[in-house]
Amino acid sequence: MQTSSTIPVSADSGEPWVLPHRGIVGMWCLIAAESAIFLIFVVAYIFYLGKNLSGPLPSQVLELPIVGTICLLSSSFTVHAAVTALRKGNVRRCTLALALTILLGAAFLLTTAKEWHYLIYEAGLTIQTNLFGTTYYSLVGLHATHVVVGLLLLIAAFLFSLSGRVTEAHADRLEVLSLYWHFVDAIWVVVFLVVYVIGR
Amino acid sequence: MANATTTLEAIDLTTPVTRPPGPGVVYEWLTTVDHKKIGLMYIVYALLFLVVGGVQALIMRIQLAVPNNHFVSPQVFNQSFTMHGTTMIFFVAVPVLFGFGNYLIPLMIGARDMAFPRLNAFSFWLSAFGGFLLYLSYFAASGLYGAGSAPDVGWFAYAPLTAKVFSPGHSTDYWTLAVLMSGIGTTGTAINIVATTICMRCKGMTLTRMPLLVWLYLVTSCMVFVAVSPLTAAQIMLCLDRYIGSHFFDTQAGGSAVLWMHFFWIFGHPEVYILILPSFAFINEIVPVFSRKAIFGYPAMVAASVGIGFISLSVWAHHMFTVGMGPAGNTFFVFATMVISVPTGIKMFNWLATIWGGKVIYRVPMLFAVGFLFQFLIAGLTGITLSVAPFDWQLSASYFVVAHFHYVIVGGILFALFAAFYYWYPKMTGRMMNERLGKWHFWLFVIGFHVTFDFMHIPGLLGMPRRVYTYEAGRGWEIWNLLVGIGAIIQGIATLIFVYNLIHSYFRGKEAGPDPWDAWTLEWATLSPPPSYNFAIEPTITSRRPLWDLKHPEDPDSSYE
Repeated sequence: MQTSSTIPVSADSGEPWVLPHRGIVGMWCLIAAESAIFLIFVVAYIFYLGKNLSGPLPSQVLELPIVGTICLLSSSFTVHAAVTALRKGNVRRCTLALALTILLGAAFLLTTAKEWHYLIYEAGLTIQTNLFGTTYYSLVGLHATHVVVGLLLLIAAFLFSLSGRVTEAHADRLEVLSLYWHFVDAIWVVVFLVVYVIGR
Repeated sequence: MANATTTLEAIDLTTPVTRPPGPGVVYEWLTTVDHKKIGLMYIVYALLFLVVGGVQALIMRIQLAVPNNHFVSPQVFNQSFTMHGTTMIFFVAVPVLFGFGNYLIPLMIGARDMAFPRLNAFSFWLSAFGGFLLYLSYFAASGLYGAGSAPDVGWFAYAPLTAKVFSPGHSTDYWTLAVLMSGIGTTGTAINIVATTICMRCKGMTLTRMPLLVWLYLVTSCMVFVAVSPLTAAQIMLCLDRYIGSHFFDTQAGGSAVLWMHFFWIFGHPEVYILILPSFAFINEIVPVFSRKAIFGYPAMVAASVGIGFISLSVWAHHMFTVGMGPAGNTFFVFATMVISVPTGIKMFNWLATIWGGKVIYRVPMLFAVGFLFQFLIAGLTGITLSVAPFDWQLSASYFVVAHFHYVIVGGILFALFAAFYYWYPKMTGRMMNERLGKWHFWLFVIGFHVTFDFMHIPGLLGMPRRVYTYEAGRGWEIWNLLVGIGAIIQGIATLIFVYNLIHSYFRGKEAGPDPWDAWTLEWATLSPPPSYNFAIEPTITSRRPLWDLKHPEDPDSSYE
């Protein structure tokens, strides 16, 4: 019985062996998978445009969510600023930028909540009303769910940096989170175009 | 070549793992994040479901063996084909293939674990609980209509049959939630595999030196992102329809049943390739070792795999020729489906060229690999005939289609899997599988397989629709169905021999040693079974066959690549 084995090792160890950060690769994979999910919801939205058997229709009840969009898109810049600050070792500025990102994200959620409140209680549109309600609430709701998840992660990062546990060494990890947040913003651009521009 | 350096060796002085007894073992396995243990759990779990799904198949074949039979009730029959399909795809094929991937990929690239060990465990348990949830329906899916009832909407669950009106009670909810869970688990594992192959390779393991198995798993996992996610989305929509009354697939409110078909098959057809690519991966490793030659056309193999990955995303609607998509749609999907046979053909010829002129050793893994080559060819040929839309109009939803895709899944995927079991079992357990029982298993299974699935084409051509509960005598279907039933029983017996061999060899098998097949990839460089850290020293490699270089320092591969 053999109790040992032989492992190949090379004599020279010349050039350095550098591979990408696994978190960033993993996040890109998650983004690919999530994009496919959103794609299906977007396809369903476009497929059912104009096929409603009853009202209310998008042109009657939807308003352009300008304020929310500005908030969400500008939060991409703040989260980027947080990562850059951390890379330079400026934890204070990073904490500040994270706080700003969270506020902007929360403001976006608030505008969505107001819109939904209007649609449900004044316009009389629920997910059961017609195909527009079905596809609208599921697509916008799926995006809002992703915003909520992103916010929870950002809040966690913010609390860690408040308590002084975040250092320059965590810049790669924060970048993983910022990638996710950029993705959520990019999806909003698509949702905005499909729901509020083309679909209206 | 510039990078041709001599390969040295380091002796791994790890003492072999002794098999631990006692109740602590259960706790250890439940909480493990070791890729090898998770891989084994995937495999064992899939084997259990393989037996369950096989019993369902036998029930159906007994029911159909003679005309006007009432062996089971129509309800049980509908549940059986639904559960058989769902189980075999989501809870046998996917987990067993990801199990092998989990086990082998870190070993083959010289890593100590996957990129995200905890995500790995999480994904496994999600998939596992998905399966348990599906089977809980037998006991718990009561709802309004009496005691437990399993899902009975067919494995692709076409709308509007899945609507609340037509499927009251909770059986369909069990189906959709179980599939949703397993889909999320699959995506998690796929993320892990991609991150592992890209970020965890040992020194010198460039992408062009990666074992083909790892390459194919990389392609498969990338396909999971774009193919399984649509199913996840569609299941979310179905849940919304069933629970809170949205109208995605509700034809009464303007929803579209055809949209579900598209969404399902956008998942469903790439899924076939998600399953077959890992099977190709096993064959890629086994054929060269038992032909004693390096694989023929490595770059062509990689290119063909990537090509299959891309093309497979544009063939889904060949499942829907009978829906009436119009000439343009039909033509596109006929063309795409025919084109995908080109990269598959490239692979076929490369395997033949690898065997050509080799010193072929017909041990059990090679027997199954040769069976795979032969049968997958026939499965591909009936696939090409079905891709012709007018032919498909005639035979869609007949037993010809059933015979075709079982030829792919059993004759292709399952044979490759059996080959993989005989090939890597020594690595996983430290013992060889019994060769005599293996040969019995092979020959009985080959005979049973051909009796079942060769003859199954014929009632399809004679007009027998799939999913029928029973049929009248005198249509010319009786003899074929009887033969198919007999073949199924032979396959059942062969599978029992296999399961017995697995258990028997674990206790009585010959000691395998680190490298029983005189193979060339890194997993054979460590002990059998490998220690939890895989490699005591991190390996460095200079070619595609590091162990060849080690064994033949006078003629290393690195001087040719």
